[in-house]
Amino acid sequence: MRDHSPETHDKRLRATVVEATTMSSMEVGMEERPSNTATPRELTQNPLKKIWMPLPCKNGLPEKHISQRKVCMTNCPTLIVTVGLPARGKTYISKKLTRYLNWIGVPTREFNVGQYRRECVKIYKSFEFFRPDNEEGLKIRQQCASAALNDVRQYLADKGGQVAVFDATNTTRERRGTITAFAEQNGFKVFFVESVCEDPEVIAENIVQVKLGSPDYTNCNTEEAMEDFKKRIKCYENSYETLDEVLDRDLSYIKIMDVGRRYLVNQVQDHIQSRIVYYLMNIHITPRSIYLCRHGESDLNVKGCIGGDSGLSPRGKEFANYLGQFIQSQEISDLKVWTSQMKRTIQTAEAVSVPYEQWKALNEIDAGVCEEMMYEEIQQHYPLEFAMRDQDKYRYRYPKGESYEDLVQRLEPVIMELERQENILVVCHQAIMRCLLAYFLDKTAEELPYLKCPLHTVLKLTPVAYGCKVESIYLNVDAVNTHRDRPENVNVHRTTEDALQTVPPHL
Amino acid sequence: MSQRQTKLTQNPLEKIWIPSMSSKLYRRRGSSVPQFTNSPTMIVMVGLPARGKTYISKKLTRYLNWIGVPTKVFNVGQYRRDATQSYKSYEFFRPDNQEAMKIRKACAIAALKDVCAYFMQEQGQVAVFDATNTTIERREVILSFAKENGYKIFFIESLCDDPEIIAENIKQVKLSSPDYAGCDKEEAVADFLKRIECYKVTYISLNDEKDRSLSYIKIFNVGSRYLVNRVQDHIQSRIVYYLMNIHVAPRFIYLTRHGESELNLVGRIGGDSGLSPRGNKFASALGGYIRSQCIRDLKVWTSHMKRTIQTAEGLGVPYEQWKALNEIDAGVCEEMTYEEIQDHYPEEFALRDQNKYRYRYPKGESYEDLVQRLEPVIMELERQENVLVVCHQAVMRCLLAYFLDKSAAELPYLKCPLHTVLKLTPVAYGCKVESIFLNIEAVNTHRDKPVNVDVDREPEEALLTVPDHI
Repeated sequence: MRDHSPETHDKRLRATVVEATTMSSMEVGMEERPSNTATPRELTQNPLKKIWMPLPCKNGLPEKHISQRKVCMTNCPTLIVTVGLPARGKTYISKKLTRYLNWIGVPTREFNVGQYRRECVKIYKSFEFFRPDNEEGLKIRQQCASAALNDVRQYLADKGGQVAVFDATNTTRERRGTITAFAEQNGFKVFFVESVCEDPEVIAENIVQVKLGSPDYTNCNTEEAMEDFKKRIKCYENSYETLDEVLDRDLSYIKIMDVGRRYLVNQVQDHIQSRIVYYLMNIHITPRSIYLCRHGESDLNVKGCIGGDSGLSPRGKEFANYLGQFIQSQEISDLKVWTSQMKRTIQTAEAVSVPYEQWKALNEIDAGVCEEMMYEEIQQHYPLEFAMRDQDKYRYRYPKGESYEDLVQRLEPVIMELERQENILVVCHQAIMRCLLAYFLDKTAEELPYLKCPLHTVLKLTPVAYGCKVESIYLNVDAVNTHRDRPENVNVHRTTEDALQTVPPHL
Repeated sequence: MSQRQTKLTQNPLEKIWIPSMSSKLYRRRGSSVPQFTNSPTMIVMVGLPARGKTYISKKLTRYLNWIGVPTKVFNVGQYRRDATQSYKSYEFFRPDNQEAMKIRKACAIAALKDVCAYFMQEQGQVAVFDATNTTIERREVILSFAKENGYKIFFIESLCDDPEIIAENIKQVKLSSPDYAGCDKEEAVADFLKRIECYKVTYISLNDEKDRSLSYIKIFNVGSRYLVNRVQDHIQSRIVYYLMNIHVAPRFIYLTRHGESELNLVGRIGGDSGLSPRGNKFASALGGYIRSQCIRDLKVWTSHMKRTIQTAEGLGVPYEQWKALNEIDAGVCEEMTYEEIQDHYPEEFALRDQNKYRYRYPKGESYEDLVQRLEPVIMELERQENVLVVCHQAVMRCLLAYFLDKSAAELPYLKCPLHTVLKLTPVAYGCKVESIFLNIEAVNTHRDKPVNVDVDREPEEALLTVPDHI
């Protein structure tokens, strides 16, 4: 059997760690190599992510290596351009898409031209600003669009952005032509997302949800605001040129009609556009609630051990019953319940008395060689690993285990299906719940691994306006705390005390 | 407050936790993958002849079966061939040929009956009804049938007006059809074109207005454009995604395992060891072979494990690492020899032989799990053109089963020896396979199913089929 004792492992690590270099997951290196090299290069394993990469090193450090497949990084950055009359959901789509792409690891940012206009024209007076014959208004709007495009260029070319979402009406072919030319000049791919909707009820609801609260209408009453906004829409209607099947047949786009009832998809160029189309076709705006919670307290939780597949402690069982009652009291129509394939989540769901579906993808993060250890034991056997984890908890992969970054990959189909669903309760685990929560609440990779997801607490998420409302419901059954904050000292040479400073108490 | 506590037991094969007493809550057999369909779904093809309906039907069916959704194609042309003695000419398809019309309708009805039987008696979940279905009347018949029986319907219409594509389709799959056996090529093409004309007269495409309550996808010109209407559920959403990712551009897919590893040599499974000296030789030879193929724009994919990366390093071209391509996780059996597994876990060893596809290693994975995690790889392989995948035995078996339409029972026993490249070329309705052994010796890692799979068998019987090693 291989020698996998912790001591040997750590020694091997020391030999390859020069400094705790966090390898950027964005590195795409195309190396030049002579085409008939016979001897394969030596490989070394990056200590943080456990990725095998070739030496020779430059300056003693492992060479920045060729891409790690998470999402296929298109070679050129992509510019997504929204198209549509006001109150058609463009900003809703922009923000949601941006949130999704960032979560799966594609650096994305939205650029809302209306925002630029608000910064330029300090005070909004009325819809007259948007009249097509308002020369001065047109000039300002044109400038704002240019300013936004300039920032787009900076983001994609200089700041490592991969996707930029250009959120504006872009309702004329002329405006879209300008943007396409801009993209071509800079080597960006363009993908249009048009939202077409004629249902007056949907439009009125949109106005109520997101326009009335806009900075443009802070000093107006509801009726005035509604009236003005409708006149604003009219200003755009006459010059609106929808994407045309014939005239625009060489453009890449998706046309979303009637809030997702129908889609027209044209000339999808690459992987990222294909993923974007799939995502847009799965989201909906039907009101619903998502309940997230962890399994009840488990026997291993009580001992302070991570991972494993233990059953519920007596308090955990109590929680399960309370959860069942809570769910009943919520009187949710058509509730779906999902669990992982680990005993503790299934035991919890059993008490809810609703049929449930088991997902292997919802299993807790695999701690590899550290499975079922207490933090004290990890510090004792793998002090280097323990320190690396504190240095970059998102990217850190347990030896023979997983990282949070891996988790996000495996949870992506769960998120996709969550988007399709309506009322749903997900009974899962700490690391999993952090990943899901980060998606709904738009948390960064840095924040994600430290989100607080205590036992015996249900989070009720309700999509509202451009985001998500969160209610936290503690079901009043005591449980151990399993949240370990990042300690101050993350250095590999720190003392045991420093390392264990933030470990929560346990038996 | 009810203190009802259900005891859970872990199903020994798939390691799924299920309630011991029959709980109404857990409807399906301890399902290791989420089940998404309640009602069976009928996929109904629509389109003139030579628009790729059968190509799409077969490919979609292969994909759905691979991801675990029992699916079957019902090709009405086949029923017609069985009903009529022999094909004479396009005249059979003339819209004014009353007698032929009767036969053709009867064939459609017969096929629908079989769809019913497939759902009711064979636990099918998706049936692909492959026919032209070009008239409103015919589609109405199908819609009524589905409504009566509680089936969901999803239409797939393929529209194409590019004469080159149509000519190529005719060449690829029509000339070799039983209808034209013994015909001269030009005659066959001429007849077939007249056949298409017969349908054109009465062809009514799915209409955006009139058919707005139906669920469908319209595919224009082999995928340059799609119109998607009213996707009802998860499976339809997956089908749409799949259809939007496939293409027909000619290309090659090369599948190979890593070179022989140090653990391979000593008969151990799993682990993350490096290449043996012979494995290194293979890596070089692979480089030579790939260069000799002069492949345009080749993408190379590996897993995150040392042995595939070392193998790819020998190619001298950029490669991408996919964690999803990692070898099956053997859990507690990682790095053991089969002899040791028999020694320490004789019951597990037997269970695995009883159902190798569904068997999950304790704290590990099953082939069924592998397929789930490889699905994004397959989706991306469909998008790509020329690709070389350097992977592992179990992973390669899963990928191969997808391309060659192998069942769950066959999949875990597909032969994927070391140092052998499989070159797959999509052709007509399937895939051509060429096997290229790069002439460097390696251990055999293929263990056949032994005769005795009983948990009480003798160790010798269990180890009967273990290949030789150091």
